Amino acid sequence: MIQAIVFFPLIGALVAGLLGRIIGHRTSEYVTTGLLIVAAILAWIVFLPFLLSGAEAVGVTKVHVLEWIHSGPLTLDWILRVDTLTAVMLVVVTTVSCLVHVYSIGYMADDPHRARFFAYLSLFTFAMLMLVTADNFIQMFFGWEGVGLASYLLIGFWYTRPSANAAAIKAFVVNRVGDFGFALGIFATFMVFGQLGFDDVFKAVPGAAGKTIHFLNWNWDAMTVVCLLLFMGAMGKSAQFLLHTWLPDAMEGPTPVSALIHAATMVTAGVFMVARLSPMFDASPTALAFVFIIGAITAFFAATIGLVQNDIKRVIAYSTCSQLGYMFVALGAGVYSVGIFHLFTHAFFKALLFLGAGSVIHAMHHEQDMRNMGGLRKKIPATYWLMIIGSLALTGVGIPGTGIGFAGFLSKDAIIESAYSVGGNLGTFGFWSLTIAAAFTSFYSWRLIHLTFHGEPGDILHQGAPAVAHGDEHNAHDEPELSHPEEHGHGAAVVAQAAHGDHVAAPEEQGHAHGSAYDNAHESPPVMMVPLYILGAGAVFAGMVFAGFFFANPELVQHFFGNAVAFTMDRYEAAHSVPFIVSSAATIAMIVGFLVAWYMYMVDKTAPARLAATNRGLYLFLLNKWYFDELYDRIFVRPAFWIGTALWKGFDDWLVDETIVEGLGHRVKDVTGRVVRLQSGYLYHYAFVMLIGIALLLTWAITVGGLLQ
Amino acid sequence: MLQAAGIGLGHYLTVGAILFTLGVLGIFLNRKNIIVILMSVELILLSVNVNFVAFSAELNDLAGQVFALLILTVAAAEAAIGLAILVIFYRNRGTIAVQDVNQLKG
Repeated sequence: MIQAIVFFPLIGALVAGLLGRIIGHRTSEYVTTGLLIVAAILAWIVFLPFLLSGAEAVGVTKVHVLEWIHSGPLTLDWILRVDTLTAVMLVVVTTVSCLVHVYSIGYMADDPHRARFFAYLSLFTFAMLMLVTADNFIQMFFGWEGVGLASYLLIGFWYTRPSANAAAIKAFVVNRVGDFGFALGIFATFMVFGQLGFDDVFKAVPGAAGKTIHFLNWNWDAMTVVCLLLFMGAMGKSAQFLLHTWLPDAMEGPTPVSALIHAATMVTAGVFMVARLSPMFDASPTALAFVFIIGAITAFFAATIGLVQNDIKRVIAYSTCSQLGYMFVALGAGVYSVGIFHLFTHAFFKALLFLGAGSVIHAMHHEQDMRNMGGLRKKIPATYWLMIIGSLALTGVGIPGTGIGFAGFLSKDAIIESAYSVGGNLGTFGFWSLTIAAAFTSFYSWRLIHLTFHGEPGDILHQGAPAVAHGDEHNAHDEPELSHPEEHGHGAAVVAQAAHGDHVAAPEEQGHAHGSAYDNAHESPPVMMVPLYILGAGAVFAGMVFAGFFFANPELVQHFFGNAVAFTMDRYEAAHSVPFIVSSAATIAMIVGFLVAWYMYMVDKTAPARLAATNRGLYLFLLNKWYFDELYDRIFVRPAFWIGTALWKGFDDWLVDETIVEGLGHRVKDVTGRVVRLQSGYLYHYAFVMLIGIALLLTWAITVGGLLQ
Repeated sequence: MLQAAGIGLGHYLTVGAILFTLGVLGIFLNRKNIIVILMSVELILLSVNVNFVAFSAELNDLAGQVFALLILTVAAAEAAIGLAILVIFYRNRGTIAVQDVNQLKG
């Protein structure tokens, strides 16, 4: 059964990818989606025993697939390992993936390359399942790189668009930085422990305490080094502070891809990895503190950027980045199950938000700029209410102290409480970062709702308008405008595409475009709405149903997870015994954010523009994403280009080509050019030379050779 | 008779050398006509013949005179072939001016 879960997506990917041209788009869609649905059902069947187990814990199931690497003392077999952590991930991955498959049938209906798209989606799912079922580091790395590849392929799915290609390359390169750290971490693990199976390594962790690695004339604590290197991989994959730049650009991919890969599953791979390796991280307080700090910074800073972005998908992308920060804070606080809890709930409501945004974009004929939207509530009521549910879950609406609330309420509160309970400067820092981030989260979520669904079309258009040229250069708003506009059957679609194909189109033009797009806005087909309903249900109930297993009831958590993640009872008890004001802080922050958003976008609609004008520096700072792209451009990209150009022009062009290869040729040509001039072609010249030659020969023979003696 | 007139080997060799030099100069000072070159070659051969015969008489060795006859026949054959080539050449190129014969020019 477990093999079926893992390999069904692979079969789907191979069928759709290799035979897609033969069997046609429709068949490819049905094959991949059907296999995914079966896999998802099987995943729930695998997961349920963990939930329903009585006194006897389910423990670990290992399925031996094949022998892989046997080299000296290193023995790695390909084993599918299923424990509680993996089971949770299996459910998340297959469920979201199958819903996204179904959704894509509707969303991608006009695309001429659907078979390829579904093949990539299934390939991604397979790689992700390989990642979560890994039983050793190398297997995990295989899955890790597999999802990176699938992510690259899907971001660059519309390969005719330069911005999509650039985003795909950026995602790949930034992930390469993280993966380099991950690879070094695996090497270091092997160096310290001599083996790479998870069980073997975890068993040896207590013995490694106090070990050091001698490097650069300094003795580094082995566990800290190993954990920090591994965490570098997690930072890359999960788009944490400093390595986050690729995630917003990854929104160039089709929206279902953003929902599946860049919200629900792949970006949580880093969280999963830290949780999976929690026995190692537990052995290094330094590494845990680092994880905590990075998570807190990311949660805060991504939320600040989300406040002012205008592209609907980018807002959600930065929200994802921020929520991933929350998860890492939980991991850094040592309450690993809480991080997984937020991963679990986040997968539902963030996938819901992304797919809902996709539904909006679909309705607006691939318009993504929120300033051109507004008043869509009347046009697409079902999507509206689902987005409301998603936002309620994301902002964490619930009743403090009762455990009743939307999914995000329980998991986010659990994280904030855990962060506070860490204590000291670290705890205070984490608590305040996360609480402020929660207020920001609430603000930008409601801003998104107000701009998109409330008011009138384009009534907030001029807010921040002067900065359009600065901030939105990278923002590609459009989905596949190249794909058969006539198939939409709407004349207006062509107008909208024509107008916003130009990034800095004048407001009047945009006004014209959104007017017609608004008039033609339509609810998405059922094939797109059903996945949204399911995710909506998840966003409402996932928190309440599962809170006990992940946080609320420490004994149950311990029983539920068994040895799947490291478990420290004290930390859970500390997190539960925080003051009431702390546990309700997130709710207060949420209400504040909601009220501010209400005031600024519903009551006094000039407020945002005024605020942006008075705090222009701050506004531009946030709009330009803290200038990280520009900073990296200066620090890394341009020097890289400069070195590349220097090597190209200086080394290759000048030294190798001009001097050595062509240079030698030119010298030979010069010499022969002169030699050639001796060949005048005149008979008497040759005769003269012959005569001179004979004369010289005779002279030599007579004087030296002794011809006359 | 000639000996009585005081004409010895030196004179013969001098005549041969003058003829040879004339022939050589005729080859590479001549810019006009290939036929002149052929004539110059004949001249060189004749100067050699003079030397052969002179030494043959001086040394009382008939081999030199035999060789001179051989050279005369070879020269005749060579002149015939050379002129034949020249005729063909003229038909192809329409000229036998030396400065136009430079197809070997690199």
